[in-house]
Amino acid sequence: MTTSMSAPQKPFRLSMLIYDTRYRSKTIQIAALIGFFCGLGWLIDNTVTNLSVLGKEPSFRFLTEEAGYKINQKLIEYTAQDTHLRAAFVGLLNTLLVAVLGCFTATVIGVVVGVLRLSKNWLIARLMTIYIEGFRNVPLLLWIVFIMAILVETLPAPSAFRGDSPAASMILGDSVAISNRGIYVPEALFSRSLGDISLFEGTSLQFEVSLDLVAILAVLGLSIWAAKWLGTRADRIQETTGKRPTTWYIQIPLIAAPILSLLFTLGFHLGLPELKGFNFSGGTHIRNSLLALWLALSLYTGAFIAEIVRAGIMAIDHGQTEAAAALGLRPKRIMSLVIMPQALRVIIPPLISNYLNIIKNSSLAIAVGYLDLTGTLIGITLNQTGRELETLLLGMMVYLTISLGISFAMNWYNKHVKLVER
Amino acid sequence: MRRNIEKIAALSLLAAVGIAQAASAEGTLDLVKERGKLMCGVTTGVVGFAAPDANGEWRGIDVAICRAVAAAVLNDPQAIEFVPTTPKTRFTALASGEIDLLARNTTWTFSRDVDLKFDFVGVNYYDGQGFMVRKELGVKSATELDGVTICSLAGTTHELNLAEYFRVNDIDFEPVPMDNNAETQQQYLAGACDVYSADVSALVAQRSSFANPKEHMILPEIISKEPLGPLVRHGDSEWADVVRWTLNALVAAEELGVTSENLDTVTASSENPEIKRLLGTDGNLGEQLGLESDWAKRAIAVAGNYGEIFAANIGEDTPIELARGLNDLWTRGGLIYSPPFR
Repeated sequence: MTTSMSAPQKPFRLSMLIYDTRYRSKTIQIAALIGFFCGLGWLIDNTVTNLSVLGKEPSFRFLTEEAGYKINQKLIEYTAQDTHLRAAFVGLLNTLLVAVLGCFTATVIGVVVGVLRLSKNWLIARLMTIYIEGFRNVPLLLWIVFIMAILVETLPAPSAFRGDSPAASMILGDSVAISNRGIYVPEALFSRSLGDISLFEGTSLQFEVSLDLVAILAVLGLSIWAAKWLGTRADRIQETTGKRPTTWYIQIPLIAAPILSLLFTLGFHLGLPELKGFNFSGGTHIRNSLLALWLALSLYTGAFIAEIVRAGIMAIDHGQTEAAAALGLRPKRIMSLVIMPQALRVIIPPLISNYLNIIKNSSLAIAVGYLDLTGTLIGITLNQTGRELETLLLGMMVYLTISLGISFAMNWYNKHVKLVER
Repeated sequence: MRRNIEKIAALSLLAAVGIAQAASAEGTLDLVKERGKLMCGVTTGVVGFAAPDANGEWRGIDVAICRAVAAAVLNDPQAIEFVPTTPKTRFTALASGEIDLLARNTTWTFSRDVDLKFDFVGVNYYDGQGFMVRKELGVKSATELDGVTICSLAGTTHELNLAEYFRVNDIDFEPVPMDNNAETQQQYLAGACDVYSADVSALVAQRSSFANPKEHMILPEIISKEPLGPLVRHGDSEWADVVRWTLNALVAAEELGVTSENLDTVTASSENPEIKRLLGTDGNLGEQLGLESDWAKRAIAVAGNYGEIFAANIGEDTPIELARGLNDLWTRGGLIYSPPFR
């Protein structure tokens, strides 16, 4: 009879933490972690102590004080008497505006250019190469300043529109003015407006939501949903009966009629920009600073995205194209139905970093006087209050939040389009 | 090996703590003497006030303050490290101890003095904010500027003044905030803004560099007081005294007729008791400051008295062509005044 002898249980001794290989790696990691936190704590404590020696205890009280400076580009109401917090909020909205615009156009440019660079047409492919290499290899700041300089130097000043025989004139039936201060376009006005509702009333984050806009979006959304439903119904009928009912003569009025009648009820009309005094007034003013920043960000990031798109397409085996062609698909449909959906798997992860780059690069805005978050909170507010530690911490937190948000959303989308392996 | 790393880590930690404590315990004057070099914060370049010349040597009336202090404390006007600062970095540089003194056309305001914990030790240039426009605009006064577009530098007192001035006068304007002088000038000259607003001295200096200076005019309204002067950290009165009285010595020298040319003869022969106290041949003012008795004489010897510094850097014989105006001595109707050396 044999008895299984289990290995003798050695009592645990403290020295085993160092000499026993089973524990050593954990010991080292825990020690390193403690050391890291000690270092971090010392850094923070040192900063706080030194600041209080200077009599500048970290405090965010300045956020509720009057900002005192004006901001030209604002999406919500703001005057110089508002608080620094509200100024930062205005800047944040400006950052988001240029980021959203930039991400959108950069993607469009990137996809088009990326596909065209693979074109069999020698000239088109070479032109795209020149564009991509030109933008990828010159710092973004130079492009921003360069585009701004072109806008400012080549377009006419508002004074050129003045007088009996002006040197410049407005276009599109005197409704759009292109000047070196920006583009003035007609604005939408409602004579029987529904008014606004304010959110967060009484706080410094208060902002007005136009009920007209809400109504228009709601009606538009509903009618597009209805038209889509008609389309899927037609698909279903086609699948079962083989005959597709014609739907366009219902779909078009279904979208157009409700929105037109709503606009009529609200008394929709256009407010045209007109030259008054030194400047144009009325209409919507799209400032050169926004145009320059938007254009530069889109063209610059578009060049990177184009390369990503090209890499994505080239990652798809050529056999896929041949197989699709053998099935009788035309080249355009091969691209959109076979190649692109597969290429997206390769494209999306690096695309996320490029969207994050747009957000981060938009902080170069102050070079052309566009007041984004870096211009207001980390620029003027920092200068006026001298609270560099607090404003920078706050700014970093905001950028981090935005970036993580985008990253999260895009990763979710990535999972969504990823090849499902069985 | 591991032992060594631990030792080094522990030692460097101790050293870092030690340095941090030393910085708070020792006065700036002792630190500067020990280091043998003055760390002086200046602008990144405004000609006449502080800018490197063709040989890379810093020149200007702000630079002259640095040189005078270095001469008074270290007996060497070259024992300076100039630290160029932007409007954004200037206060951090001073508060953190990276520089001992900030001489960078910075406006003396309540909040900078009180809330930001700095000490302004005096004024070396009295300025005010003004407006520059094209003559063809036909504007004669700032009150006619309703609806204009104004270019100015972001993050300065100018923006606050503009917002306040236009609100008080119940007119409106569109601000175009710019990051630096060169960009602002380009925008203004291209007509992207109707008005260029800054300190009048800066406007005059910039206008002199335009292709057609005569097409532009400065409006009569001066909308703010911009007393520009050197500043130091709050809470080190000995050091503040050194900088303050060095600046005063330059002014007093002009008042008393002491120049870089007659400095030696005056030192040897003057019977004026205040001159004797100033130049250290009588009394112990230098000793009271913790300096040597000829501290003021050394400061004056670098580039002369306040008037000589003004004339050499921004005066009417320089391309910048600024009149003395408010910056003349009090005895000639200006505001420049030194408390007595007594």
